[in-house]
Amino acid sequence: MSTKQNLVNWIDDRFPMTKVWNEHLAQYYAPKNFNFWYFFGSLALLVLVNQILTGVWLAMMYKPSAADAFASIEYIMRDVEWGWLIRYMHSTGASAFFIVIYLHMFRGILYGSHKNPREMVWLFGVVIYVVMMATAFMGYLLPWGQMSFWGAQVIVNLFQAIPLIGEELSVWIRGDYVISDATLNRFFALHFLLPFILAALVFLHIVALHKVGSNNPDGVDIKKNKDENGIPKDGIPFHPYYTVKDIVGVVVFLMFFAGIIFFWPEANGYFIEKPNFEPANPLKTPEHIAPVWYFTPFYAILRAVPSFAGTQVWGVIAMGVSIVAFFLLPWLDQSNAKSHRYKGPLFKYALAIFVVTFAILGYLGVVSATADRTLVAQLLTLIYFGFFFLMPAYTRETSDKTTMAKIYFAAMAISTIATLYYWWLFDGGADGSLLVKLIVTAIAAGHFVIFGIKPWLKPEQSSPVPERVTE
Amino acid sequence: MKKLIIALIMMAPGMLHAAGGGNISLESASINLENDAAKQRGAKYFVNYCLNCHSLKYERWQRMQEFGISIDDISEHLMPANAKPGDLMTIAMKTGDAKAWFGNPAPDLTLETRLRGEDWVYTYLKSFYLDDSRPFGVNNTVFDKVGMPHVLWELQGFKKAVYRYDVTSSGHVEQSFDSEAKAEAWIKEHGGDAEMKIQKVVDRLETAQAGKLDDAEYDKVIRDIVTFMAYMAEPVKLERQRLGIWVLLFLAVLFISAYLLKKEYWKDIH
Repeated sequence: MSTKQNLVNWIDDRFPMTKVWNEHLAQYYAPKNFNFWYFFGSLALLVLVNQILTGVWLAMMYKPSAADAFASIEYIMRDVEWGWLIRYMHSTGASAFFIVIYLHMFRGILYGSHKNPREMVWLFGVVIYVVMMATAFMGYLLPWGQMSFWGAQVIVNLFQAIPLIGEELSVWIRGDYVISDATLNRFFALHFLLPFILAALVFLHIVALHKVGSNNPDGVDIKKNKDENGIPKDGIPFHPYYTVKDIVGVVVFLMFFAGIIFFWPEANGYFIEKPNFEPANPLKTPEHIAPVWYFTPFYAILRAVPSFAGTQVWGVIAMGVSIVAFFLLPWLDQSNAKSHRYKGPLFKYALAIFVVTFAILGYLGVVSATADRTLVAQLLTLIYFGFFFLMPAYTRETSDKTTMAKIYFAAMAISTIATLYYWWLFDGGADGSLLVKLIVTAIAAGHFVIFGIKPWLKPEQSSPVPERVTE
Repeated sequence: MKKLIIALIMMAPGMLHAAGGGNISLESASINLENDAAKQRGAKYFVNYCLNCHSLKYERWQRMQEFGISIDDISEHLMPANAKPGDLMTIAMKTGDAKAWFGNPAPDLTLETRLRGEDWVYTYLKSFYLDDSRPFGVNNTVFDKVGMPHVLWELQGFKKAVYRYDVTSSGHVEQSFDSEAKAEAWIKEHGGDAEMKIQKVVDRLETAQAGKLDDAEYDKVIRDIVTFMAYMAEPVKLERQRLGIWVLLFLAVLFISAYLLKKEYWKDIH
């Protein structure tokens, strides 16, 4: 035996090195028909590593104090060797992370990767997304610019809307009555900690994935068709096939990533907001406070929901539910087929509308609110929730309904009626133009009929899923 | 259903347009960041006219070597006597004094062109006009009620505002007139709608008192200042762009080899 083999044996006797390598790479059989959308999982891992590495290096130079934070960023940009590159990699990486994750999540919904037996994979994924949002939010305070300060102020103030404990809770989060040095310090500590929790969650996400195996664009279970050696006929070893394929994806991604870092790091104020070139000033509120783009769909939902019974808490609840809804997806989708390819047409329309809705809500969260924009945001909030809570209606293939499906349906019916009542009989749409009011009313009502009522009367049917993958 | 998608998409451009309202039209600074001579002249003007009140406190004196000012010239002509080339470009004025004299301390200008944009700074520097109601006798069309005196008046002279009277109804400008009386007459003639309002706005600036420079020469001076400020706002900008080309070229080559490698491995998979 060669020295190398001896060494491998020595390790394998003490640590399952070869076993892990085989189980998760060399003999992990992935479906051979992964398409474009399957690049974003490995890219998400790449961006996480990028954020952790550049973050650690930034932390070596950054000073987490209200007095020094802003200046220390400029010190990194000017006096630290390659500091500007590390900083732009980190600031661009934050936005890239969300772009990649949104595409990754879209892929999951498109091909039914949330459905049985991959519910745990999906749940770990949504937890990752939530922790990522918390990490990004805390990281955004660290440059201590005007938008850092006021953005954090607005978001932490949301907790004040919670009845009874809100006031004390927000003070507990800030460690002060306003965003201050104390807040900056704890946000820095948590911003440093959370990425390692993210890494652990990614590990669990992959462990869960490798237990059940990867889904594919056809939603075909490749384990049902094995050859005489017990290897799925439509499966290929992850390594080397998908490692070499993912390298191509990584290089293409890096071209976009480098393009932004080297030529467009501010991305027109979307990746680095202009007001953040001014140090935080608690006495001067910026004219217009907008969160970073990846939070704006949820921010638009928050603003769309009016205060009621003397409290703003409903908007906060709506925003919370809009994120929590993703956790419920495996149980909301009741169609027989996984992939959109074999589901009925209503699901495809619902998903397309959801993507457009998410994008327009994102836009509405960036700009200041006007009466007409608020009407549109309220309509889109309704459609956003309709995508999730009417899903049992428009995906269920029989007309008998589960109790939960009835509850979701009733909630959407009440929300839709309440919104129409609010617009026309409660003065909610009084400041909007009549034309916009008529359009949003027609769309809200039409949407509910098409996705809520019609499929109950005549359920959609999935077409048969083929035995083997199609390409 | 497709109609719904189309309707939603059609609404988007309208909303985009609505977001752009309310901006003051800015003149293009059209600077050339690579022009060392402009940066050198800009540094001289900036140190002479701006740096008494405005600091550049996130950058160091020695940075100016990068566009061809020798360390000796920096020490002798630009730096205060007690400073060192490695010091930050701070000012001696105390915040409390500045507050008393100008109402607000003059902001640090290191990142001003990134905060407000090069065009804004350029237009701002040429938009001072005489206004007796202001403490320093001048106002500014891009920064109303500005607390700063017209520091460059020696060079530009003083401008006076020529006003215009806009008749507006619910936010829209209906007609513009060169005198308030004409605007009032027009409102009377056209039904005297109660919602019509007269708005006095600066139409253009005219020379009230000539300075040392004519308009073209003055524009060149402030363009130099903006060039200098833009460089100091992000000294690495030119280097990162130069480097970016090489990084993208490298990735392009890497892409070819990565693609061929993938193709080679995958040729047996059908």
